[in-house]
Amino acid sequence: MLLRHTPEAVAERSALTINPAKTCQPVGAMYAALGVHRCLPHSHGSQGCCAYHRSALTRHYKDPIMATTSSFTEGASVFGGQANMLEALTNIFALYDPEIVAVHTTCLSETIGDDLPQIINKARSEDKIPKGKFVVHANTPSYKGSHVTGYANMVAAFVQYFSRSTGRRTGRINLIPSFVEPSDMSEIKHIASEMGIDFAMFPDTSDVVNGPMDGKFRMYPRGGATREQIEAAGDARLTVALGRVGALPAAKLLDTKCKVPVEALDLPIGVRATDALVETLRKAAGVPVPDSLSLERGQLVDVLCDMSQYTYGRTVSMVGDPDLLVGLVSFCRDAGMRVLHVVTGTNPGPKFERRIKELAGEGVTVRTGLQADMFLFHQLVKGERPDLIMGNTYCKYIARDMDIPLVRVGFPIYDRVGHSYFPVTGYRGGLMLLERVLGAIQDRIDRDAPEESFELVM
Amino acid sequence: MVEILKERRAQIVEKGRDGRGIECGKASVAGSVSQRACVFCGARVVLYPIADALHLVHGPIGCAAYTWDIRGSLSSGPELHRMSFSTDLREEDVIYGGERKLEACLGELIARHRPKAAFVYSTCIVGLIGDDVDAVCARVSAREGIPVLPVRSEGFRGTKKDGYRAACEAAFRLVGTDVLTPVSPLSVNILGDFNLAGETWIIKEYYRRMGIEVVSCITGDGRVDEIARSHRAALNLVQCSGSMTHLAREMERVHGVPYRKVSYFGLEDTADALYAVSEFFGDPEVSRLARELVVEETDRVLPAIGAFRRDLEGKRAAVYVGGAFKAFSLVKALRLLGMDTVVVGSQTGSAEDYEYLSRITDEGTIIVDDANPLELSRFILEKGADLLVGGVKERPIAYKMGIAFCDHNHERKIPLAGFEGMVNFAREVHASATSPVWRFSPARARARGGSL
Repeated sequence: MLLRHTPEAVAERSALTINPAKTCQPVGAMYAALGVHRCLPHSHGSQGCCAYHRSALTRHYKDPIMATTSSFTEGASVFGGQANMLEALTNIFALYDPEIVAVHTTCLSETIGDDLPQIINKARSEDKIPKGKFVVHANTPSYKGSHVTGYANMVAAFVQYFSRSTGRRTGRINLIPSFVEPSDMSEIKHIASEMGIDFAMFPDTSDVVNGPMDGKFRMYPRGGATREQIEAAGDARLTVALGRVGALPAAKLLDTKCKVPVEALDLPIGVRATDALVETLRKAAGVPVPDSLSLERGQLVDVLCDMSQYTYGRTVSMVGDPDLLVGLVSFCRDAGMRVLHVVTGTNPGPKFERRIKELAGEGVTVRTGLQADMFLFHQLVKGERPDLIMGNTYCKYIARDMDIPLVRVGFPIYDRVGHSYFPVTGYRGGLMLLERVLGAIQDRIDRDAPEESFELVM
Repeated sequence: MVEILKERRAQIVEKGRDGRGIECGKASVAGSVSQRACVFCGARVVLYPIADALHLVHGPIGCAAYTWDIRGSLSSGPELHRMSFSTDLREEDVIYGGERKLEACLGELIARHRPKAAFVYSTCIVGLIGDDVDAVCARVSAREGIPVLPVRSEGFRGTKKDGYRAACEAAFRLVGTDVLTPVSPLSVNILGDFNLAGETWIIKEYYRRMGIEVVSCITGDGRVDEIARSHRAALNLVQCSGSMTHLAREMERVHGVPYRKVSYFGLEDTADALYAVSEFFGDPEVSRLARELVVEETDRVLPAIGAFRRDLEGKRAAVYVGGAFKAFSLVKALRLLGMDTVVVGSQTGSAEDYEYLSRITDEGTIIVDDANPLELSRFILEKGADLLVGGVKERPIAYKMGIAFCDHNHERKIPLAGFEGMVNFAREVHASATSPVWRFSPARARARGGSL
């Protein structure tokens, strides 16, 4: 079998990455750009990059993912990609009529040194960008950071290009989510809506990559944050960044550029982290917590309490993206679970490990960045066996090899549906995640129970 | 016809209306939502199924991540090919060069996995920073005593087709390195089948029944040792001609192995392939076995296909696939199901391919090279297609429009090759086309006069 190739002993590796627990920046940038209404992501590089990112996102969401490419050839890589970019913009506006083109770079265009601001200026001065249309860009070299960094960079690019301070503060609160599912974005909006506050969330991929089947193919589905919202973000009273790696850079830029203060929170997964979001919004907007949210919270706590005997003390190992991992660790701790391993291929900075240890205790093994890959995760899991694994689809090899139940969460998920529609964030998402965790644990107990202790009531 | 970019017009013809030939083989128009991939992608998909070789992607992490086990090329033995190995080039490597890292990675991997050979894929960035991959490979090969083969697959060096060629060139370096193992005079190589869902095994079994030895499959369920002696087979059978014709030509030129282009998709083409082989050998016993096989298998599958055909008769299909040869077979196979192909296109077809397509399709069929989703969706609407046959990026487009879909690419989970494959294809098309879910499609409901 495939995973006979993973020995238990962790040997030091000099350079190699085996079975990555990350991918490259541009796919994150493409995803973030899909979260802006009538925005067309554009990949400035070879056409393979664009095809791969579209395929990856299509497999994950099972929805059409539209993006264009500069289609670099040998010539472009020698003489620069300016001509390709200018031609691309002409064609894009003529044929696809987006409001915004969000250009992200690739390792190729970064290394040949294409100067995107200069190219965009040239396009504007040559009238290749129609009136009322916009082109923004983010630098997303594939050899730095990961897909989460790419997401963060593209969100920051929208702030850079669009957010303006008019000098008149509004009462609005900006919500910036890290790289999460459209379902999670909906749930975060749900919380803010229930509280009745004036807010804008960007990016927002809900109703974009989880669109309905209505007999039509749409280049631009109805969802997405609007350019006007991002522009007005500069006058808001507060930005709440949900996730230090994916969301905070844009929030900080908004602070630098427009003096909008920032509150950095963990992704609201589980009771505590969602409480923190609700509390922050309550204070900032000066509103009470509505009964509806108290009810949702109470229901989550009720099930945590009802089923605590099945979660308390259970061990879990997880691999994925840093912001999601912080939220998941927080959730697991709410449920009394013990976290053994936390692995991410992204280099999240020193605060990440500190935060994980605050939540999970000093005993947790945290591995990040280079060589923190699925191969290493498998080795760690072999060394200390957890009751449960949480991570993306690629964990299924490890789960099968080790016969450990897997709860799929993160990117990518290629073999199950649900993530587009059922959130893990918020109280309701926490309940859905808890239901899945319990299902995995209890199914295993049932499967392994000797007949005499195979119980009807659990 | 629908609104099309000026630059794209020459790449689309409507049979019977446009008297001209089609333009193809050019780079995608910058700014289009091309469904095409790059040189690396082409090379990677072709070599990937060689299961006992090490496949190391030299570049930033993405190129390895996106090609990690995405194609269900089954192996009957080792599964080293399903692992994802990357040098994960970082900024400092881009500045100072990645050669040392590459050499260290190869050393570690070869020590750990003891592969029969190693392929090193160059990505865009490697071409730019100028790593001497050939030299590193030669050094490691000499040290480790296994072939370490550079694959010149920098993404920007052309289209996916150029990637096929790069793959063929790398694979060709293995060909002819074993001159000792005995090979039957009645022997063939299967080229251009990648054992998706076990298709190579079906075809191999046909040849076994005809008394013919299959020396190597390049590359489905492929093995380094088999490729090493493949030059001594009597005949090369090239399926998916776009990807492997170059290798077949090289083997003919250097080793004198003739080749035939075949397809194992559809009853007609599968039978033609088997007969072409028996004709080549001119052996009465082989011919008899081939005839028996075709008759037996056809008799076995025709009733099942007929049952599906009754529901499919008169429905219209759109086809958009990677290689044109597959499109030929699909047009014929769909016709066997009573369906008309009203739109047909490929990512990599040649002028002759499109010429042939135009011969086998009906008047009014749209023939398109390198289509994009917007064009496809408009052609589907304009021609009223009921089914789209395509790959991963086309599937949700079809579903959103409320029409049936059949994956004829990486993501097929059941074999579509050979006689039983045709039954599977008929079943899959039938299941999708007659799915009760379309009752809920608003477009269909509107067409029936409903309000939702």
